[in-house]
Order: sequence, then C-alpha cells, then structure tokens
Amino acid sequence: MFVVTPAYAESNPTEGTHSEAGAPGGDAHGGGAFPPFDQSTFASQLLWLAITFGLFYLLMSRVIVPRIGGILEHRRDRIAQDLDEANRLKEEADNAIAAYEQELAEARKKASAIAETAREKAKAAADAERSTSEAELAAKMADAEKSISAIKAKALGDVDAIAEDTASDLVKHLLGGSLTKAEVAAAIRAASGK
Amino acid sequence: MANDPISQFQIKNIVPIEIGGLDLSFTNSSLFMVATAAAAAGFLFLTTANRGLVPSRLQSISEMSYEFVASMLRDGAGSQGMRFFPMVFSLFMFILVANLFGMFPYFFTVTSHIIVTFALAMLVIGTVVVYGFWKHGLHFLNLFVPSGVPGLLMPLVVMIEVISFLSRPISLSVRLFANMLAGHITLKVFAGFVVSLGGMGALGIGGAILPLFMTVALTALEFLVAFLQAYVFAVLTCMYLNDALHPGH
Repeated sequence: MFVVTPAYAESNPTEGTHSEAGAPGGDAHGGGAFPPFDQSTFASQLLWLAITFGLFYLLMSRVIVPRIGGILEHRRDRIAQDLDEANRLKEEADNAIAAYEQELAEARKKASAIAETAREKAKAAADAERSTSEAELAAKMADAEKSISAIKAKALGDVDAIAEDTASDLVKHLLGGSLTKAEVAAAIRAASGK
Repeated sequence: MANDPISQFQIKNIVPIEIGGLDLSFTNSSLFMVATAAAAAGFLFLTTANRGLVPSRLQSISEMSYEFVASMLRDGAGSQGMRFFPMVFSLFMFILVANLFGMFPYFFTVTSHIIVTFALAMLVIGTVVVYGFWKHGLHFLNLFVPSGVPGLLMPLVVMIEVISFLSRPISLSVRLFANMLAGHITLKVFAGFVVSLGGMGALGIGGAILPLFMTVALTALEFLVAFLQAYVFAVLTCMYLNDALHPGH
C-alpha cells in the first residue's frame, strides 16, 4: 500500500479542482470523494447515459433487432422450405420407383404371355407341318407302292413273254424244230398254271 | 498518479457544459458511453448489412448474441417476454461492450460507476413496475402474496417479499458496479506491484514475477467477469420481467 497512499494523496487536488469547476456550491463531495460516489458527476453521467443508451435502444429496437430477426426467420423459412421440397422430391422418387416396379412386373407378365403364345403358335405350326408332311409322305408312299405294284405287274406280264421267247429259243436250239407262238404260250401256260 | 488504483475511475471534463447550475459536461465517461453505443451498434449494423443466408463469421457473432439473449429471455420470461427483447438485448450488449472496453489500458469503464449501473437497474425495475401495473392493475401486487402461506405468517412473508423487491435495483446495480470496480482496482494494484518492485533492483525484479503472473491471470479473469456480469444482469432482468408478466407465484 506504500505505493498507493502518496499517489492517492496526489489525486486529491485534481479532484478538488474538478469539484469546484463542476458543481459550485456542492457540499457532499468535499476534498477527495471516491470518484464513483462523487455526486457532482451524477447529473452528467445520467444525462449522457440517457442520451447514449436511449439512442442505442432506439437503434436496436428499430433497426438491429428486426434485421437480425428477419435474417434468422428467413433462414428458418428457407430451411423448412428446402426440407419440404426435399420431402416432396423424395415422395416423387418413391412414387416413380413404385410405378417403375409395377411397370416392370407388368412387362414381365406380358413378356411371359407373349412367350407362351409364341411357344403355342410354334408348336401348332410344327404340328401342322408335321401332319402335312406326314400326309405328303403317306401319299408319296402310296404312289410309290402303286408304282411298285404296277412295275411288278408289268414285270410279271413281261415274264410270260420272256419265258415264251426263251422257251421258243430253247426249243429251236435243242430240238432244231420251230414252234408257233401259240404252241409255246399254251405250253408255258400249262407249265406255270400247274 | 500512474500507480493510483483509484485514478482510473476519475471523471474528467472534456467539454464543460453547465445548465441551470447542473454540471452536464461531456466527460471521459460520456465519451466512453458514446464509444460503447457506437461500437456495439456499429458492429451489429455492419456485420448484418449483407443479410447473408449463410452467415459470415462476424454475422454469426451478431446472430449468436441475438439468439443467446433471445433464448435467455424465452427461458426466463416465456414467449410473452419477447416483447421486451429489444430492451434486454440493448442492456446486454451495452453492458457487455462497456465492460469489455474497460479492459483496454487507459480506457474508462463506464459500468464502474454506481450511478450508471443504478440507472440501468432502475430502468429494469421501472419497466417491471410500470408494465406490471399497466397489464395486471392491482393484481400485480399478488407478487408480494405467495399462495399457500398460512395466515399467521402472511404479514411476515409479505414484508420479506416487499423488502426483497425493493432491494432488487440495489443488488442488481451494486453487483455490476462492485465487480467492475473491484476487478479494476485489483488489476491496477497488482500491476502497480510489478512496477514498484521492478524499480527495486535485481531482487525486486525477481519478486515482481509473482504479481506479473497474477496480473496476467486476473486479466483473463476480468474478461470472464466482464462477460459474466453482463450475462447476470440480463438474466436477472429476464427474471424480474417474468414477475411483471406473471405476478402470481
């Protein structure tokens, strides 16, 4: 405290002059009143506090508070709006996915139906083809059999002529005589008709 | 003079003004009131000028202080209390910036004078009383009559309530004033030790280290106190406003 005391004493004259200059006739603040309790300064402090704080309050209530409040509200609105938008988009996306899946299922069903009909059609066509070709084959076979039997009959008919020729040739060679065709044919007929 | 811990609270005339025998001079205190209001308002005004949807750093400081006070008021006095928001916000910002300005060397601390803190406290209590009577009429006096007190104790309880109400402006103003005053005196005394011990040769310089550390630590503490006292003042304002809004206990 040895530091403080002389300095404090030093401040007394200034305080005294201030009091004299500030509030003539003031009595409560003799000598060196502790500054915060020096009543001669109260009026000035109150006045200037009223002016500065009053203006500050006006500025706050008229400009700053509405402005910051507006900024915060705008941001809140914007965020809420963005969230709504995001929700809406999500819903849309969900709907699109559902629609897509439904369509996919329908397409699958349709595809299998198409495949089924195609298979059936193909089977029917194959069956028809098979039956026509079978019929064709049967007809061809019948033709072939017919021609075989015709050839056979013809061949069999020729056999008699060949036999007659052969027999007459044999007779001519072996016996040296000749026979009439009628005789040979009768003889063959007799031989084959046994 | 330099080592005197009291001289920092001295009020000095800058522009002497005297009206009707009243000393209304523009003093160093007035200068710092103007500086406080200008700095606080200027900061809030300029940082929010862009109205950024995505705030810049400085804009978010302004927004944070707004929301800080708003949530304080909403918690303390309910959503009806928001009509007093400009007042509470102004008080908080003004006291905070005045306290913080006081932390600059050679700056005057506006809130270290009882008359200033008392005037601010009377503003709060005056608002509470005027609004309370205007809104609730004589029902505002229910504030002093807690429910559920046995009849015999009632006079005593009412007396205690009245005294506690009357002491509010005093406690509100003295708390802020005393904190600022004591903090600055302590800081000055310890800093004075550093200087005076440092002037005493090698041993003194060794001995000055301790008060130097104390000064550094106290400076940090004083920054905390500067914020804390502004916060306390605002919180108590909210609580008192709550009484004006809801006088029944």
